[in-house]
Amino acid sequence: MLEIKNLHVKLEEEDKQILKGVNLTVEAGKVHAIMGPNGSGKSTLSYVLSGKDGYEVTEGSASLLGEELLELEPEERAALGVFLAFQYPVEIPGVGNMTFLRTAVNAQRKARGEEELSASDFLKHVREKAKELKIDAEMLKRPVNVGFSGGEKKRNEILQMAMLEPKMCILDETDSGLDVDAMKLVADGVNALRDEGRGFLVITHYQRLLDHIKPDVVHIMADGRIIKTGGPELALEVENNGYADILAEVA
Amino acid sequence: MALPELKQTTTEARLASLSMNESGCLAAARRAALSRVQTMGLPDRRDEYWKYTRPDTLTSAEAPKAAVLDSDEAPMFDQFDRLKIVFVDGVFDAAASDDLTLEGVSIERLADIEGKDIHWAKEIFGVLEARGQSPVERPLAALNTAFAADGVVIHVTGKPSKPINLVYRHESDSSDAMLHHVIKVESGAEATVLENGPAASRFNTAMEIDVADTGTLHLVRAQGRDHERRAATHMFARLGRESVFKSFTLTVNGVLTRNEAIVEFLGDDAVAHIAGACVGDGDFHHDDTVFITHDAVNCESRQVFKKVLRNGAIGVFQGKILVKAGAQKTDGYQISQSLLLDDDSQFLAKPELEIYADDVACSHGSTSGAIDEEGLFYLRSRGVPEAEATDLMTLAFLAEAVEEIDSPDIAVSINDRLYGWLARRS
Ligand SMILES: Nc1ncnc2c1ncn2[C@@H]1O[C@H](COP(=O)(O)OP(=O)(O)O)[C@@H](O)[C@H]1O
Ligand SMILES: [Mg+2]
Repeated sequence: MLEIKNLHVKLEEEDKQILKGVNLTVEAGKVHAIMGPNGSGKSTLSYVLSGKDGYEVTEGSASLLGEELLELEPEERAALGVFLAFQYPVEIPGVGNMTFLRTAVNAQRKARGEEELSASDFLKHVREKAKELKIDAEMLKRPVNVGFSGGEKKRNEILQMAMLEPKMCILDETDSGLDVDAMKLVADGVNALRDEGRGFLVITHYQRLLDHIKPDVVHIMADGRIIKTGGPELALEVENNGYADILAEVA
Repeated sequence: MALPELKQTTTEARLASLSMNESGCLAAARRAALSRVQTMGLPDRRDEYWKYTRPDTLTSAEAPKAAVLDSDEAPMFDQFDRLKIVFVDGVFDAAASDDLTLEGVSIERLADIEGKDIHWAKEIFGVLEARGQSPVERPLAALNTAFAADGVVIHVTGKPSKPINLVYRHESDSSDAMLHHVIKVESGAEATVLENGPAASRFNTAMEIDVADTGTLHLVRAQGRDHERRAATHMFARLGRESVFKSFTLTVNGVLTRNEAIVEFLGDDAVAHIAGACVGDGDFHHDDTVFITHDAVNCESRQVFKKVLRNGAIGVFQGKILVKAGAQKTDGYQISQSLLLDDDSQFLAKPELEIYADDVACSHGSTSGAIDEEGLFYLRSRGVPEAEATDLMTLAFLAEAVEEIDSPDIAVSINDRLYGWLARRS
């Protein structure tokens, strides 16, 4: 589904190489986790896949379902099925959460040549999903992420994901800053979306989230590369011993 | 004291192009206004108050021509049930206007009261304008008092069931118009006044507003799309105890617009909100100049001005809050912000506070910036195309000003206009 080959990325503004040859394939229906020390390039990878400005791909490629991603605009990638749950969801004063969601859902449908959702269908759908995530109606009316608590922001990301039904879900530290209950809500939201036709890339620091979202494959990223790949047991190893052993092993 | 030569020449030339109505009950006020103009002289580019806006095309003897806009867009406020008062190129059009009778309000044409002695209007006409000449001079307003031949006087004594809509139509490419309106809202009375359309190729309007104790006035203005028009407007408001005055102005394009708002709190516990949203493209210059004087206790003033500028458009904001000694518990808020959609556009702001009381809460802020890239990327990453995401962010930027309108229906109609403007993007 998602195929990343030998991806090299540097900052556009400075001469700083951040990704130094990332190879990664996520198959449909699978959950891959990426763990790794701070600064190893995990967020950069998620941004480059979703099309953020400021990065320059110097080598390599990334494709989703056979379509080259890196040349596309962010909105085109979204319409293809890329979704990033941001590590730091952005506040947008003045834009209502509901307006935002509806505009996004319909823009994607339009881009795919599907009919737009009627206002009532949309409303019904969003209320249902919001309820599952314990997002109250008040939160839907407020401007996007403005005044939301950390947990509310993360749940809002999952709500967007549920509404947009992307093919490839990338979650960047969606668990950080969440208490146990909130994390469970988020994990339930993700698990509800697990499907044969959908891939997940879950970036996290903690085994905790992976107790709830069971990964099929775990990758360890350090200094811009995937340095080790294994099964769920790899996450447990990190949890118990930290990254030091793994880093020493590959050095 | 003699005026500087340039000012003297400009003023004389302009006065020579005008003729004054010397009869009727307002004649004395007009003569007094004329002598104010002669003493002050008309503004020129050396005046500090006109540092950011060149007044020469507003003061020239002849008005520059302005093409009449050809558009199928329905005029603003057309969808509302309202009492319509139409002026074409600055002249009242009885046939196009509604019957002026409405419960809770009496409306007369300014030109018709000359023979009558409407004493309440005499206490306001030229009086609020004259008060507003200090500490800063506003000669174009005095010029208006002296020479405006038309306008309306609106006396609100109850709660009229629908808004009163002053509709301005522009039909001649060389019209040069002055309109003077007087509004008095009596104690406990409440009304909404709407103003829309380009009044003429060049126009100068003055509105004197007296809101008595516990009265309420809502004013919503939409300055139309005629791109070549030049306008100077003045709004003088005097507020009594526990009165409420809320004004919002939308400006869409226009080569030159100077909107001055002068508000004076004379009674305690009153509220004034003065807001504006303007969107300009290219050869566009828009100036909001506001002066709020707190001379009573526990009054709230709020100024919210937002400007979206692109393709070299220029926005100006000069806003002052003056809190006089004794005006304790004043709550003064002022924000002026511009969204620059490119590097060619410019925002010039001069926010000022002058406070002589010690127990007050006043704040002001002025910012100028581009669209928030992080927000834009966030929207796009959810599939919203760049242009649409930019529009959403732009409307969001203007929202704080539009939200100052109390009526949701009117606010929606303003937003529709803003959307229309965005959709016409080149
Ligand atoms: N826009 C940027 N400007 C400067 N440095 C950046 C930028 N983006 C990423 N970096 C740097 O790149 C490295 C990787 O960052 P990041 O991808 O956020 O790592 P992670 O998510 O794994 O903690 C860090 O050293 C970080 O400081
Ligand atoms: Mg990160």
